[in-house]
Amino acid sequence: MTTLNFDINQLLNELAQKVREHKLFDEQAKLIGIRTGGEWIAQGLHQRLNITSPLGVLDISFYRDDFSKIGLNPAVQPSSIPWSIDDQHIFLIDDVLYTGRTTRAAMNEIFDYGRPASITLVSLVDRKGARELPIQPDISALQMQCHQTLKLSGPEPLSMTLIENAEADQ
Amino acid sequence: MSARLTRPNIQLNEHGKLKHFLTLEGLKPHHLTEILDTAESFLNPHTNEIKKVPLLRGKTIMNLFFEPSTRTRTTFEIAEKRLSADVMNLNISASATKKGESLLDTMWNLEAMQADMFVIRHSESGAAHFFAEHVAPHVHVLNAGDGQHAHPTQAMLDMFTIRKLKGDVFDLKVAIVGDILHSRVARSQIQALSLLEAREIRVIGPKTLIPPFPEALGVHVFHDMEAGLEGVDVVIMLRLQNERMQGALLPSEQEYFDLYGLTERRLAYAKPDAIVMHPGPINRGVEIDSAVADGPQSVILQQVTYGIAVRMAVMSIIMSNAALLAQSQGEAIDSSDTEEKAATQERPE
Repeated sequence: MTTLNFDINQLLNELAQKVREHKLFDEQAKLIGIRTGGEWIAQGLHQRLNITSPLGVLDISFYRDDFSKIGLNPAVQPSSIPWSIDDQHIFLIDDVLYTGRTTRAAMNEIFDYGRPASITLVSLVDRKGARELPIQPDISALQMQCHQTLKLSGPEPLSMTLIENAEADQ
Repeated sequence: MSARLTRPNIQLNEHGKLKHFLTLEGLKPHHLTEILDTAESFLNPHTNEIKKVPLLRGKTIMNLFFEPSTRTRTTFEIAEKRLSADVMNLNISASATKKGESLLDTMWNLEAMQADMFVIRHSESGAAHFFAEHVAPHVHVLNAGDGQHAHPTQAMLDMFTIRKLKGDVFDLKVAIVGDILHSRVARSQIQALSLLEAREIRVIGPKTLIPPFPEALGVHVFHDMEAGLEGVDVVIMLRLQNERMQGALLPSEQEYFDLYGLTERRLAYAKPDAIVMHPGPINRGVEIDSAVADGPQSVILQQVTYGIAVRMAVMSIIMSNAALLAQSQGEAIDSSDTEEKAATQERPE
């Protein structure tokens, strides 16, 4: 097993630049981070992009499709969307896109809040090879294969480590 | 050390987690804080709105109310629907038990209709326990009030209200006023306050409405309203349980109000930021004056809203615990199966 540490700040800068260049982005953009890792990434983007709207945070624990298998996340916290979802262009942010199930749950929750004009999926890392749903990131900073696993630690300091040949544990 | 046989708590599964919710007796503080913390997550932090979530989609919950109830039944029903469960309300007055069918036969028939959870209110103490002792292993029972015994979800929503508005239950002085003798709510509240380590629990009422040996409950008894309210953080008023009273325990409602009714003048004996609670329904002019019930220190309507979130929390925790138990038993079966195979199979060369 080998580990590789990333420069998380450089990756966030790259991701922020890609978001800034997106056709739907402006300084009133509505960012939503998926707790926990996605929230940390969203906080980093929110700072770098000088966005005026407060950050939204989703806790998708109540929307997971494996409740009957793994029960409730004991650390569940309320979601916080401090503005109306209706007709907004949403940038949905997560740390790693893997099976796509978390994104599905997050989109379901967003639609329970209202009807967005659009959702742009932003993922720091696109972990390929094990997608279970037809969901792909619109913006990502790094691509990796599913035999590699990622450990994100945060929020301060935010760090990311790639572990080669580890068991997929999602 | 004497080996004393104790009856297992049927509320808890093999992991010590909630399987049913019948009473607060025998629970640990962490069971209560888990409910309170989970309830918090159902509330929108900006608006206190409670959103619908798909957590119990495909589950069937049956509300069996053998005793009249509007508030509790309605909040349970809303909570169940907010969790996306399929909900059945049984009109017991027109049900088979009136036609001579036994309670157990009724229950087994409802189980056969794929019930996952029963919410039960009954005028007999112990009815919810009776159901819990006889249901199939995969079915769960919630007590929505049984006789004079317990009303655990009401107590938990009261604790949630206190925690939400006063920061924590710990270190607070709480006064419960009125008909303690007949009140299942008071009994559950006292247990909850004890578990959450309230600094002082006071009960205030006439001698005829205080249970015998109240000190065994860990409370301080006051028969004088003003003395009992002195310096408290929380005042919980109870409804006079006329329907449960036998004999002349009170001279008149008017005299009761004169001695124990919560008026603005009496509320002034509590701390200035004290909150006033009432499980409802309110008897205005009997246990509480309208000026207090509708006044700035009253949190009676917040209690009702929080009751939805708390009941959602209890139901989702119970179903979550069932899922985790099933998974662990599956793993145990798998692992024992593997071990058995390993023991019997020859190792390949």
